[in-house]
Amino acid sequence: MIRHSRTIVTLLSAVLALSCSHKTASAPLPTPTAFGAVIVESSGGKQTAQTGTLLPQPVVVQVNDEQGTAVAGALVEFNAAPGVTFDPSYGLTDSSGQVTTNVTLGGMAGRYQLTALSSDKAGKKIALTVEEIALGYQQTLGRQLNDQYCERCHNPESTVERVSNFDNLEIKPHPFTEGDTLNKISDADLTAIISHGGPALNKSALMPAWGNTLSKSDIQALVSYIRAISDPPNRNAGPVYARN
Amino acid sequence: MKEKLKSLWEKLFGDSVRAFGVVSLVLLISLAIAPAKNHFSEWRHYQHGYLKMIRNRSDAVTLQRHFQGGIQQIWLPNLGVVDRCTSCHVGLKEASLADVNAQPFRQHPVIPHRLDQFGCTVCHRGQGAATTVAEAHNSTLAWEEPILPAKYIESSCGECHRGPVPGTPQLNQGRHLLARYGCVHCHMVKLPDGRTMKPTDDPPSLSHIADKTTREWVYAWLKDPQAYAGTATMPNFKLSDADARDMSAFLIANSTLLPGDTITLSAKASADPAAGGSLYGESFCASCHAVQNAAGNLVGGDVGPELTRVGNKVKPEWLQAWLRNPRNYDSETAMSHYRFSDAQVTTLSGFLLAKTDSDLLANVHLEAATPEQIAHGKRLVSDYGCASCHEIAGIKKPENFAPELSRIGSKPVTQLVFLPGMQHTLPDYIATKIKEPRAFGQGLKMPQYTFTPAQIDSLATALLAFNNRSATLPPSLTVEAKLESDYQPAGKAGKLMSDLACLSCHRINGRGGDMAPDLTWEGSSVQRQWLVDFLKNPNTLRPALIRRMPRFNLTDGEVNELTDYIMTVYQNPGVDRDSLPLSGYPQGEVELGKQLFYGKYACQGCHIVDTKGDKGYVGPTLTQVGSRLTAAWIFQWMKNPQALRPGTAEPNRAMSDEDARALTAFLISQKGGRKSEVAKK
Repeated sequence: MIRHSRTIVTLLSAVLALSCSHKTASAPLPTPTAFGAVIVESSGGKQTAQTGTLLPQPVVVQVNDEQGTAVAGALVEFNAAPGVTFDPSYGLTDSSGQVTTNVTLGGMAGRYQLTALSSDKAGKKIALTVEEIALGYQQTLGRQLNDQYCERCHNPESTVERVSNFDNLEIKPHPFTEGDTLNKISDADLTAIISHGGPALNKSALMPAWGNTLSKSDIQALVSYIRAISDPPNRNAGPVYARN
Repeated sequence: MKEKLKSLWEKLFGDSVRAFGVVSLVLLISLAIAPAKNHFSEWRHYQHGYLKMIRNRSDAVTLQRHFQGGIQQIWLPNLGVVDRCTSCHVGLKEASLADVNAQPFRQHPVIPHRLDQFGCTVCHRGQGAATTVAEAHNSTLAWEEPILPAKYIESSCGECHRGPVPGTPQLNQGRHLLARYGCVHCHMVKLPDGRTMKPTDDPPSLSHIADKTTREWVYAWLKDPQAYAGTATMPNFKLSDADARDMSAFLIANSTLLPGDTITLSAKASADPAAGGSLYGESFCASCHAVQNAAGNLVGGDVGPELTRVGNKVKPEWLQAWLRNPRNYDSETAMSHYRFSDAQVTTLSGFLLAKTDSDLLANVHLEAATPEQIAHGKRLVSDYGCASCHEIAGIKKPENFAPELSRIGSKPVTQLVFLPGMQHTLPDYIATKIKEPRAFGQGLKMPQYTFTPAQIDSLATALLAFNNRSATLPPSLTVEAKLESDYQPAGKAGKLMSDLACLSCHRINGRGGDMAPDLTWEGSSVQRQWLVDFLKNPNTLRPALIRRMPRFNLTDGEVNELTDYIMTVYQNPGVDRDSLPLSGYPQGEVELGKQLFYGKYACQGCHIVDTKGDKGYVGPTLTQVGSRLTAAWIFQWMKNPQALRPGTAEPNRAMSDEDARALTAFLISQKGGRKSEVAKK
């Protein structure tokens, strides 16, 4: 009986909490002073972060009018699958027509579609979808291995700390984001190339064999990282989390 | 009313048979409550949902065969785990459910552990024994262990794994920051193995601070350390003007002169205005020190302090003494003793003193300090616990200055005081406390740090791992950290190596930095004459690296001392330096080696042997490798580079002895125009 009453109490408090949180969620939004015709992404799309963590850079979107001129004072709301948080979750565009938000991705690995919503003069909704990538444990391990062993040849971009070797190679390696090519290679083939080197699949000998250096699970982690960041997305990259 | 009740009573119990029927019915209903509750339970609802979901899938038969109804439980007595989570999370082990994105049916992402060996709550926390969503996931009156938010999940790895793990960057970073930002100077953290967590920052002693800098700078620094250097690890204590005035007065008045701390050089600085900059560059000061460039970006390392505004800070006569020999002022400093000539010291100090910011001290005007101000300053220095980090003559390092954090990850929420509007959970409390410590009340001493949100999350992750479970796990269930050894090179050469601070960049026998190569086996690896030449004038081996070995201006005697020590002591037992000759390989073997180099193993992807054709610069340039490395080292390296230097970027190619020997013959013939040297025995 005590358990029973406790259940009722819990249920009641849950209902109460729900109704309360409902109230806070519908806090009044600021009133827009202007309306645009289209939302475009300024920066912050296609970033990678670990599940549940902040994206390294904020997401910045811009509201433009029909002529492509930035509109200040338009209201933009951000939305995504449950688990994703925005700080702030809405805002009025600044003098350069932009709204900046810091995004924390949800707890599941995969692709997250973030939606920025505004409305035009006629009250019609205008929306922009930005995609971000959340890495789970396996992909995070893969990224770490990529940084240690692969990136110096496979990433054509140089940084101050890491000069890319990409341009020095006679036969160019595939950057791991190059989905058009890499998505056509099966997991088994990709694993074989990493383990036994390029010549195993009639590819360049400049790609050495890593099978004696990396463990099987390391190579699996690398494959899953490559799948996760591929652009266009790989069908094995896991589910897409969109706003429901 | 009374009438109505009476007639109802009559209707129900007026006749004994009817009364019996009614009582039986009531009894029956009350007996049915328990089974009904069971029938309408949440887990049953989810299991029905799961069966409905898999019914239309192509793999339905397999999934249905795997499905087991009823309450499921993972019971692991040694971990204290009784987890019934799999009663609702039915599809955790089904790899084919990777496309399902609705909970509770999703497949568990790949992790290095098996669910049936670790359970769920070891990582996710929450109440394993509960069978309702609310009780399992949230804090309830009876249980106080809510589900750990995904962003802190790595803290659970840290309960057993006491050292860095490759797949948990956030935990590794958090632990690094706890030591790097000196949190553990004030907050004691007793690790489960009995050690105390050690800070890795190196706050300077303030006992002779007046030799080094002015009271005005101390005042400005105390007011806002980040205004002087954005990278400063010293936090902001939010001092009032008067408090900063009095503390600076005390620190300067308390400082004593250290003989040799300041010098006056008669040498003239170089007339060439660019000479200072080139000396700074040639000496690779930027390997350790950062400077903000015109674009506002920091360029350089973080071993030593940022030098963007160093001209505002140091007194010229102190800087010159420091550049001549930093070990006089601070015997433990990570900085090398460069053995600069007086002219070089003058040139370099002139270059550094020009790095100023005219705004920094523009508004600092301090009157001469009164004895009362100095006394008040001393009290403040004690109150704020400055001596927890800094050595200050006359003030004892306080014990237990701040709350111990050894079990902070298990602190009951009921013992926490939350700010209005914040979520009542432990992770939120820890994160907010780090973000704005003074918001929790007037007069709190914890200073304001300038962490990014990501750094705060990683600090909270590391702290949450210090909990009851981690403190009480039996050693058989933990993976201990690899401890830094206390290796110290011996003798005269050892003293020289301390003076040059070799271990600030190089690692030897498990101790030292990771900026430069590990030297544990250097004596087996290189030829004596090469090492002599390199120490005299370090040339670059890896053209793409920005951090390089500086020139220390060593005397011939010092070079020989150091070389002899390295060649004798740092030997790998598996590499016999004299087992393979440095020359005299048959031409056929050299040719074969060349073919293997460019063909089968395609080494030119990363290395340069022929500067005309090869371009790779991931690994060192090999044009003179025959004068640098021993043949025995090259051979063993070909066989398994990872065995000689774990984590090196060169893969293990599992070469046959013949291939390795041919490549050795080819590489050892690359003398770079120099005549072959015979290794001194």
